[in-house]
This record gives sequence, structure tokens and C-alpha cells, in this order.
Amino acid sequence: MAVPILKQGHYLIASIQAALSDSDVLQLQDDLVEQVGRFRSRGIIVDVTALDVMDSFASRSLRGIAHMTRLRGAETVIVGIQPEVAFAMVQLGMSLEDVHTALDLEEGLTFLDAQLKEPSDGER
Amino acid sequence: MSDEVLVPVSTDADVVAAREKGRELSAQLGFSSIDLTLIVTAISELARNILLYADRGEIVLRLDNDDGRQGIVVVARDEGPGIPDLELAMRDSYSTGNGLGLGLPGARRLMDEFAIQSEVSKGTTVVMKKWAPERV
Repeated sequence: MAVPILKQGHYLIASIQAALSDSDVLQLQDDLVEQVGRFRSRGIIVDVTALDVMDSFASRSLRGIAHMTRLRGAETVIVGIQPEVAFAMVQLGMSLEDVHTALDLEEGLTFLDAQLKEPSDGER
Repeated sequence: MSDEVLVPVSTDADVVAAREKGRELSAQLGFSSIDLTLIVTAISELARNILLYADRGEIVLRLDNDDGRQGIVVVARDEGPGIPDLELAMRDSYSTGNGLGLGLPGARRLMDEFAIQSEVSKGTTVVMKKWAPERV
């Protein structure tokens, strides 16, 4: 199932709704990298609250999204990693290293606003 | 629900199906939500390995009972190229595919028991188990 991406001001918000297959993850990667250019977005939030599992492929792809979009001039924040998922990622040996994370959507927006010094509606 | 489930793996949707079946079956045993996530993550790694290296194979999930102790057994089987050097394949960050090399050693860390058998050009079988907490 494709991940819906909402445009809000200078931000893109990708809200993962259900279990992701590998091709869904790759599609999300392509979509975000493309839309950053189309909408001249400065920040991206990927909300993974609904994900109950994140294996090495999903983690690596999220890191890829953060790196690729940074090269396109946007900061990415991953929000909503569940406690169980965090536990499993560490056991697995997977870290998101230099990727920004935040507890939830609200914290993610606050983080981007601070990074980009934008008002939270991102309109100006 | 029967206590053995076979999930054929040949597409990335099958990887998702294997995870879901694994969660359903394990949930019967009273695992904590953390343990459930560890099991499902391990299943995901093995199912993906099948796709990456063998194109197709199967995941068999079943409940096991050892002296009253219950557990989940996950078998990942393929008739792919096999692994020439198992010791190397079990090492962290070693990968011949385009993975991270976390699949096998990572899955081993997530489970209680882990055994792998592989023969070049015959295939690979991984059997892993996790024991449920004993009920009082």
C-alpha cells in the first residue's frame, strides 16, 4: 500500500498507515526525493507510529531517505518509533545513526521549526 | 488456528505475510509485546534472505513443547545456491548481497536458539526458536 504524503507549507509529511512491503518502502523513497524538488520542501517527517516491525531493510531505507533528501536540501525527521521496535532494532544491530528522530509528530514539527527557523504552519 | 503454518516466500508481499502469520501464532503463547516484535523481526530477516539469495523458499512456523515449556519454531528453507562459508555468513556486517550483513547474525541475536545448515547448490535451512515465559 502506497504511503500518503501530505504537503504542509514547506514540509512534507509521510504517514505510514500499515505494514510496509519492500516495494512500498522504495516507492516512498522515490516519491519523497521527487516531491522535495517539486514543492521546494525544506523539511520531511516520516511517521512510523503504525509500524509494528522495522527490519534491517526498512531501517536502511529510512536512513537512505534521510540522506537523499538532505542532498536535495531538506531535513528529515523520523517520528513515532514504537518502544518494541526500538528494542528490536538495537538487538538486530541496526541504528539510524545520523538520522534525526523525534517522539511523535508534534515533537518532529517542533524540531524542524527550530532547525529551519520557520513558523510551525510553514507558510511564510 | 492450527499450530503449524507454512508461508511460501517468493515476493516481498510474502515477507509481510510471514511476519503477520508469525505474530498471530506467537501471540497464542503469551509472549510480551517486545518478544513478539523480536520474533517478527527475525522472521522478516530470514524471509528477506530467501528472496535475496534463493528467489523462493518457504517459512514454516509451528508451536513447540519441551517439557511443558512452550515456544515458537521458525524454519526458513530454500533450495537456493547455499552458503559456502557459514562462519563468514554469521559474522556481523558480512554480506554478499546488497544487504547490511545483519540478517543472519541479527536474527540469531533476536531469538533464543538458532541453527543453520547449508549445502552449496542444494539450499539453506535455518531453524530458530524462542521460548515463551512460563505461566504461573
